[in-house]
Amino acid sequence: MQFMLLFSRQGKLRLQKWYVPQADKEKKKITRELVQTVLARKPKMCSFLEWRDLKVVYKRYASLYFCCAIEDQDNELITLEIIHRYVELLDKYFGSVCELDIIFNFEKAYFILDEFLLGGEAQETSKKNVLKAIEQADLLQEPRHEYFNVPVY
Amino acid sequence: MPAVSKGDGMRGLAVFISDIRNCKSKEAEIKRINKELANIRSKFKGDKALDGYSKKKYVCKLLFIFLLGHDIDFGHMEAVNLLSSNKYTEKQIGYLFISVLVNSNSELIRLINNAIKNDLSSRNPTFMCLALHCIANVGSREMAEAFAGEIPRILVAGDTMDSVKQSAALCLLRLYKASPDLVLMGEWTSRVVHLLNDQHMGVVTAAISLITCLSSKNPDEFKTCVSLAVSRLSRIVSSASTDLQDYTYYFVPAPWLSCKLLRLLQCYPPPEDGAVKGRLVECLETILNKAQEPPKSKKVQHSNAKNAILFEAISLIIHYDSEPNLLVRACNQLGQFLQHRETNLRYLALESMCTLASSEFSHEAVKTHIETVINALKTERDVSVRQRAADLLYAMCDRSNAKQIVAEMLSYLETADYSIREEMVLKVAILAEKYAVDYSWYVDTILNLIRIAGDYVSEEVWYRVIQIVINRDDVQGYAAKTVFEALQAPACHENMVKVGGYILGEFGNLIAGDPRSSPLVQFNLLHSKFHLCSVPTRALLLSAYIKFINLFPETKATIQEVLRSDSQIRNSDVELQQRAVEYLKLSSIASTDVLATVLEEMPPFPERESSILAKLKKKKGPGAVSVELEDGKERGELNGGADRGGEAAIAASNASTPSPSSDLLGLRSAAPVGGPAPSAGSLLVDVFSEAGPAASSTRVNDDGFLSSAPPSAASEDPAPPLPESDELLNKFVCKNNGVLFENQLLQIGIKSEYRQNLGRMYLFYGNKTSVQFVSFTTTVSCPGELQSQLNVQTKPVEPLVEGGAQVQQVINIECLTDFVDAPLLNIKFRYGGALQNITLKLPVTINKFFQPTEMAAADFFQRWKQLSQPQQEAQKIFKASHGMDTEVLKAKLLGLGTALLENVDPNPENYVCAGVIQTKIQQVGCLLRLEPNAQAQPGEQMYRLTLRSSKDTVSQRVCDLLAEQF
Repeated sequence: MQFMLLFSRQGKLRLQKWYVPQADKEKKKITRELVQTVLARKPKMCSFLEWRDLKVVYKRYASLYFCCAIEDQDNELITLEIIHRYVELLDKYFGSVCELDIIFNFEKAYFILDEFLLGGEAQETSKKNVLKAIEQADLLQEPRHEYFNVPVY
Repeated sequence: MPAVSKGDGMRGLAVFISDIRNCKSKEAEIKRINKELANIRSKFKGDKALDGYSKKKYVCKLLFIFLLGHDIDFGHMEAVNLLSSNKYTEKQIGYLFISVLVNSNSELIRLINNAIKNDLSSRNPTFMCLALHCIANVGSREMAEAFAGEIPRILVAGDTMDSVKQSAALCLLRLYKASPDLVLMGEWTSRVVHLLNDQHMGVVTAAISLITCLSSKNPDEFKTCVSLAVSRLSRIVSSASTDLQDYTYYFVPAPWLSCKLLRLLQCYPPPEDGAVKGRLVECLETILNKAQEPPKSKKVQHSNAKNAILFEAISLIIHYDSEPNLLVRACNQLGQFLQHRETNLRYLALESMCTLASSEFSHEAVKTHIETVINALKTERDVSVRQRAADLLYAMCDRSNAKQIVAEMLSYLETADYSIREEMVLKVAILAEKYAVDYSWYVDTILNLIRIAGDYVSEEVWYRVIQIVINRDDVQGYAAKTVFEALQAPACHENMVKVGGYILGEFGNLIAGDPRSSPLVQFNLLHSKFHLCSVPTRALLLSAYIKFINLFPETKATIQEVLRSDSQIRNSDVELQQRAVEYLKLSSIASTDVLATVLEEMPPFPERESSILAKLKKKKGPGAVSVELEDGKERGELNGGADRGGEAAIAASNASTPSPSSDLLGLRSAAPVGGPAPSAGSLLVDVFSEAGPAASSTRVNDDGFLSSAPPSAASEDPAPPLPESDELLNKFVCKNNGVLFENQLLQIGIKSEYRQNLGRMYLFYGNKTSVQFVSFTTTVSCPGELQSQLNVQTKPVEPLVEGGAQVQQVINIECLTDFVDAPLLNIKFRYGGALQNITLKLPVTINKFFQPTEMAAADFFQRWKQLSQPQQEAQKIFKASHGMDTEVLKAKLLGLGTALLENVDPNPENYVCAGVIQTKIQQVGCLLRLEPNAQAQPGEQMYRLTLRSSKDTVSQRVCDLLAEQF
């Protein structure tokens, strides 16, 4: 996988993960182009498209689009399930995840992704094992004076 | 609404994020961000030392700002400080910041690497994982230099925790992709391969990605992974849906690992060990069987995971391309998917079938789905699916269904998405040409193409139809009639006018007998379009008019009238004005004989590869176009303009360098010929009066210009290959270095080396004289289908070679698939004013890409038997041209690139060899047996040479090459 983008229906980028080096300018260009392309597609259309010399696999969950760019020999369907597994992981961790969780806890979204995918390849596909790793990390920290639940908005 | 906040809530961060979200405008957001940046900056600069928590919070805010799309130019140091915190979350945020905002600041890199080094040696698995994630996320060369030696050790160490192994494997993969030269597996290779046997599925899942990447680059070193992968796959495929616990995904056992295993196997040819192969075939059959079973769940995740494995298995079957039974089953399965209600499956089935269509075993099976595919082209609502359907129709097209497919594609073009029209047009044009039995169908098709999608018909397409009409006299009359009818339409595309102008100018006489298309009617029809056309088209029409004067003297007065009108002869466009002036003069002063000679019918174009195909290849990248034109035999490069330039060499006009490529008919008319327009007329007259008898060999070029090859060497056509070039090529079949060619002037030496499917060749051009060579140019070209089989790259050499000097040229060669012809090397230079033009065959032959394969007698004979189909074998019996010296024979066989297998053949006189030919898209195993009858009298000594390989073309080619060596 070359990169993964999460963006909202309004085209706001919520998470970006690049597995091949790209200049910042190029990243912005790619993001803009791809967000436009994907948002222009109708709901019943297929989840794959050719884009430049890559294959793009995307799926919408509620208000968020999850979008992966993979190489020619990569498997589209299994990528679709990579997305789904990541959504399941987020869901389990946050408890019925929504876009706001990812906005306010973006660092967690990145940590979970790193446990699941590394270098663009599946590192650990067991839901239990990924969550165990994250929860262990959470246990490693100590309560602080400024520790509150995130306020309700 | 965030229901929970796990771990550490950073309240300040949450407040900041919600502030940003509440901003009503972009300006307000920027204002809020600048305020925050100022705050953070002052905190970082302040005298009070920040505690870890605050540092983490501010670094995290900076990260958030950066991810919003704003630039961040500070905070890196604070992030690096966090790395050495012993609090996990602080370290974690530090690493995240570094991963996202790597800075090439060398001072920082050193600090970061130090922190990573400490964490790697901490023996704390969570810290080690964080450090490895950071390396994998950044993947920079500096990091590879620092850690590429250490990570393999962590990966294979017995006491490394599973989670650390997983991170280490993928970390190494990332470093290998970025800096392959720094990651050396060496002694670790076998232990890394054996990770496939690890009992922890997660470790296998991670490690296999690394192994696949390494295998694809060094298949030989990693080939033991094949049997391990097969047995792992077999265990997964035969396990019950609950056996693998959490690695079962919606009732599908380990789908990710299965896909990766099948992907790894695609780096290799079918297993040579019969037992392994049997087990693998069983797996593939089981996977195909499971596709027919009722689903265990209605969830789309279940079917996606299951089908992901199925598609990967089909890819493997296609890659092997040797099991007809599996290929046909795969095709039937895909056929079912073509009508599936899931759009995704229809898309993938169309895509996968495209590759199946090119296998000889399944081509017919694919063809049976033609109606479904046509229907998809008409009814799919998603353009990307329709595109796949069009691709598949193109791939499945052959002589039997070409008319139907071309008709369907044409009718689809009328409504096709704009983004794909140009490609569709090229494909229709290629199919129409390739499968044209009668050329009137071809002409109809191309004219239809122009009518339906004129804007998307590129120059190459209409150039090509003209080339073909000129070369085939059986279709010229029909073409003239059809184009005449097409031009009757009140609004016709400019491309139609171009084709019409050209064809009527050449062949209008063939329909002039009919009063409905008399010369004047033809002329008036063409001229009625004149004023709506662009300048290049008008220029072309003017050339058609002068040809009319020659063909039909009765039109002379009318046409001269037109040429003489102010709108022509005083046209503000220099090109048009010049043509009008020249043609008017030509028609008034030249005698009918001279006129007839100058305007003689165009001679046939040399056969060459279709320019359209070249264009499609360019569009899609090499290798993407599997259809090759049958008449595109060995030919030089596409240099249409120059072809004609050579013929008119004696004419004295001095400009108009024929453009070296793409402008196939030389119709690009921008460059005026004879200097500024006012003098052009007299220049032309001068030419005729002075040239005298030479005028008879002068021709009006395609674009109506007199032109000549300028005296530069480069514009001369490459000479045909020297008669002895095949012999020279044969000298290099079994050796890589030597002198390729020598005459009194020039010596060409070669050194070459090959590895896998890549080769590098050094050519040394030696000037044997004491005089310099000027305009020294060398061109390497891949004629015909070789273009899609070999990728050859060169850098130009200096145009001056001093007397006695030697220049060197490097040629990089990539073998994409097996091939027969050799690339052509053309050398041109001037020696004392005389042009030297030599074409040789570059000694790149398929056997250069052999990897020797050692095997025991039993394996050899088993393989030999497996390759028993008649087309897999090639055999030659031939007389010995040299003595039968054992050592010489052995040296030659080794030079071929194969492994010479001792103690295999029961007859010790015989030689057997084995090797694998490495190409980019596949590997072809090859076995060889050479039987000499050494006892016979000298002069009657014979050999029998037998080649067997999984690919018929390879057997034949290697056999042909080798038979010349003894």
